[in-house]
Amino acid sequence: MDDLLREFVTETNESLDVVDVELVRFEQDPNNAKILDNIFRLVHTIKGTCGFLGLPRLETLAHAAETVMGKFRDGMPATNEAVTVILATIDRIKEILESLERDQREPDGADSDLIADLDRIAERTPAAPKAPAAPEPEPQRTLRPGEVSLEELERVFRDTPVDPPAIKPAKPAIPAVKAAPVDEAVRDDDAAKGANQSIRVTVDTLEQLMTMVSELVLTRNQLLEIVRRHDDSEFKTPLQRLSNVTAELQEGVMKTRMQPIGNAWQKFPRIVRDLSNELGKKIELELQGAETELDRQVLDLIKDPLTHMLRNSADHGLETPADRRAAGKSEQGHIRLSAYHEGGHIIIQIADDGRGLNTERIKAKAIAQGLVSEADIEKMSETQIHKFIFAAGFSTATTVTNVSGRGVGMDVVRNNIDQIGGAIDVKSVAGVGLSFTIKIPLTLAIVAALIVESSGERFAIPQLSVVELVRARKGGDHRIERIKDTTVLRLRDKLLPLARLSRLLGTETDTSRDVESGFIVVTQVGSQTFGIVVDGVFHTEEIVVKPMSTKLRHISMFSGNTILGDGAVIMIIDPNGVAQAIGSTVTSQMIVETAPDHVDETSEQVTSLLVFRAGSTQPKAVPLSLITRLEEIDARKIELSNGRHMVQYRGQLMPLITMNSTVSVKGEGAQPLLVFSDGARSMALVVDEIIDIVEDRLAIQVASDSPGVLGSAVIKGQATEIIDVGHFLPMAFEDWFRRKDRPSGERQRSVLLVDDSPFFRNMLTPVLQAAGYTVTAVGSARDALTMMQDGRAFDVAITDIEMPEMDGYQFAEALRADPRTAELPVIALSSQISADSVERGRQAGFHDYVAKFDRQGLIAALMEQTAVGRAA
Amino acid sequence: MSNDNTDLNLNEYVTAMVGGQLFGLPIRRVQDVFITERLTRVPLAPPEIAGVLNLRGRIVTLIDLGFRLGLDRRDNGGPAMAIGVEFRGESYGLLIDSVGEVLKFEAAALERNPINLDPRLAGVSTGIFRMDGQLMMVVDVDRILDIPTHAAAA
Repeated sequence: MDDLLREFVTETNESLDVVDVELVRFEQDPNNAKILDNIFRLVHTIKGTCGFLGLPRLETLAHAAETVMGKFRDGMPATNEAVTVILATIDRIKEILESLERDQREPDGADSDLIADLDRIAERTPAAPKAPAAPEPEPQRTLRPGEVSLEELERVFRDTPVDPPAIKPAKPAIPAVKAAPVDEAVRDDDAAKGANQSIRVTVDTLEQLMTMVSELVLTRNQLLEIVRRHDDSEFKTPLQRLSNVTAELQEGVMKTRMQPIGNAWQKFPRIVRDLSNELGKKIELELQGAETELDRQVLDLIKDPLTHMLRNSADHGLETPADRRAAGKSEQGHIRLSAYHEGGHIIIQIADDGRGLNTERIKAKAIAQGLVSEADIEKMSETQIHKFIFAAGFSTATTVTNVSGRGVGMDVVRNNIDQIGGAIDVKSVAGVGLSFTIKIPLTLAIVAALIVESSGERFAIPQLSVVELVRARKGGDHRIERIKDTTVLRLRDKLLPLARLSRLLGTETDTSRDVESGFIVVTQVGSQTFGIVVDGVFHTEEIVVKPMSTKLRHISMFSGNTILGDGAVIMIIDPNGVAQAIGSTVTSQMIVETAPDHVDETSEQVTSLLVFRAGSTQPKAVPLSLITRLEEIDARKIELSNGRHMVQYRGQLMPLITMNSTVSVKGEGAQPLLVFSDGARSMALVVDEIIDIVEDRLAIQVASDSPGVLGSAVIKGQATEIIDVGHFLPMAFEDWFRRKDRPSGERQRSVLLVDDSPFFRNMLTPVLQAAGYTVTAVGSARDALTMMQDGRAFDVAITDIEMPEMDGYQFAEALRADPRTAELPVIALSSQISADSVERGRQAGFHDYVAKFDRQGLIAALMEQTAVGRAA
Repeated sequence: MSNDNTDLNLNEYVTAMVGGQLFGLPIRRVQDVFITERLTRVPLAPPEIAGVLNLRGRIVTLIDLGFRLGLDRRDNGGPAMAIGVEFRGESYGLLIDSVGEVLKFEAAALERNPINLDPRLAGVSTGIFRMDGQLMMVVDVDRILDIPTHAAAA
């Protein structure tokens, strides 16, 4: 009986979740008979099963709800009231189920209140109730064969006289925990009934499977390490196979843990519906990318924060219909939730078109709470001020109500996201709306980590929190300074608190050792950035996270441990713990020291440049933002294939490119590399030595004729060649780009570049600058429009077509609609050019259309359009 | 221990030397005996924890039994040995000086700890067997692993 009940509770809960969602849909679309049929069928099934299991209270409730739904089918209008009562009934059923699961029996109590309401609604129409007189239990298709109780159940079901149900059994709309179909588990008779190809597996089983696979992966890595040391080993081939199979197995098991994020969103339509009733607001909820999958462990952890943020948006973000009308917006507020994959992460955005954050209120609050002084806050940008909503305890004191806009419990939300190694960002435009962007790893089981050394021991630092690596030296640009007893690093315009890892861990042997001698791992946790000083940096590695022993779990510096490829166990540093240890005192000082980030926007902006040496003694530089990672690899791991240097990198072969013939790939020792990635593809540029990271204006003064060099610029007083990354990318992958164009142009013209891909923004900016334009690059069409509404003027705009939120067509239309920008020439960049899209572009108001990788074409189009602009 | 009473109430113990004292662990609790290689020490860990190591893909937490019992472990120059035990689903290793043979004792022969025994030893010992020329102290694995963790770290 226990199994039967448990099975019933699980399935009914799932059905009810569907009913929840479907009812809300039905209310908006009352003529859709299909939705109604689906709801009716689900409730009917619940009722039938309750009757069979002897659960009178549930049965009565379900019956009353079913009767009302029968009326809907007969044409009774689905009023808001009726739907509310049915939803309340469903909530009650859920409550009963909960205690049923707990106590194995129906709780005492009556539901006469709800039933009276339901009956009252049902009686309003004279039509005879069409509800079936006798319950028609449908066979519960169970997918856990081999259990006696279930077989009994089925036998009883079969023996029970049933009219063949006219409607087919409900297909579970919610994918259950997905598992690889196990053939033998599907019994023949089930298969004959057209059983769906899934089985229920407990999460524990999957967890255990995951652990086993993780261990297999480690063992494989160890084997590979051993074989690598022996040339011509006969194990090589079978091991290669084992390696592949293991990788596939790992992927397969990971997949079973993946669930669509829509599962976490399931209740949202209902929540929004209830809130909109409660608050008297009209709210439209748009869900995008519900099918995006992520690890269920992560899914569980973000469910609550997301719900919280959705409530915030509906409650505080969106205005009342009257206010919206007054503000010239449509009465119906809009909340959009979207999810998509980006690299090993999932990006979740929750955006509303409400009033946005109230900067003044946040300012007042931040000052009142002593987070920042009045004088300092005046120097801060809006964005910086908005970040205060994530400050710990920001909202707990006094009341943050509708007036303040937002902030209720955002510190809790941020903490939850921090815990899973995620990041959250907020963007708000007063009166236009507010959007939160959350970036979280797909899985917590396997993470990329930077392996570092401190006091002779190795440690792993999760890559996600690592911002960059800095080598601090005396007399360098990154000076280490002291504020009382705290050491800080002056990195560009910021002061970062520094902490030596060995000191944090109490393993420091030589206290006199200076921070100058180490590497600084610049780490970010939430809004806090700091530097962890280590003695050495090895490489990055995908590590399998294993929980700490319970005897060691209290050490906040570690989040877990892992076994490296060489078999050694190392600790995984928990950046949150380090952040706490460094303390908040330092951070508050930092805010003061941070330069305002709204520097005069018309002045030339400084760019972070990585300065390195390759071939000649003259330093070379490349914009840091273009580089995905700096790596140092063991030169012995470089392989020569087809006359090209390759290295195995994160499970893929990555081509190594030398800048010119004077640069050679090292034969032994550590080979520094600059890794560039775009999506899944990576290539590495071989360099002799990484010199520094500097912040300077990127002003190319002498254009260059030699391939791969954009020109020369003076960087920190030294003539430095600026490398054209775009020249080298196609050397690695033929289709990456085409040849670069010669720079030209005699007068500085301003270009607005709109592209949601930071890669292309960073890629094109130096190219356009080299061609003689001043470039302002923005990540979204909205930002671009805001900028122009603020009065910024440009000679020409270049925009990507495919962008989230507002695409290139909409952007062009918006520009045309505004008399101030109607004349602005717009060049569209697109990866696909078809006659249709060109035509659509002309209509939207594009002046020219260039393929995304055709930089020559782009420069030509720019020259043409700016010439037109001048003539006009 | 009632399960072991098959043979005239005989209990079997894995014996080990720690700091010159002979200890016996109920054989049922002993998973394996291994040589500790590539031990990783854990900063900020309680002093009883010698470190962690990888034993066939499992991460094993090593307990410095000598420290735990208030005895000095003797460095015999050879590789350190450990007795592998499991506790609440986790793997632990108890660091010892050397492992001895498996001995059988009649359950009735177990004598109570002397009242003046060092409290650290008394806390983990369930009793003593008298042998020729020496005493073997029976230790309770669960009590050894009941190490207070201080949240004072960091």
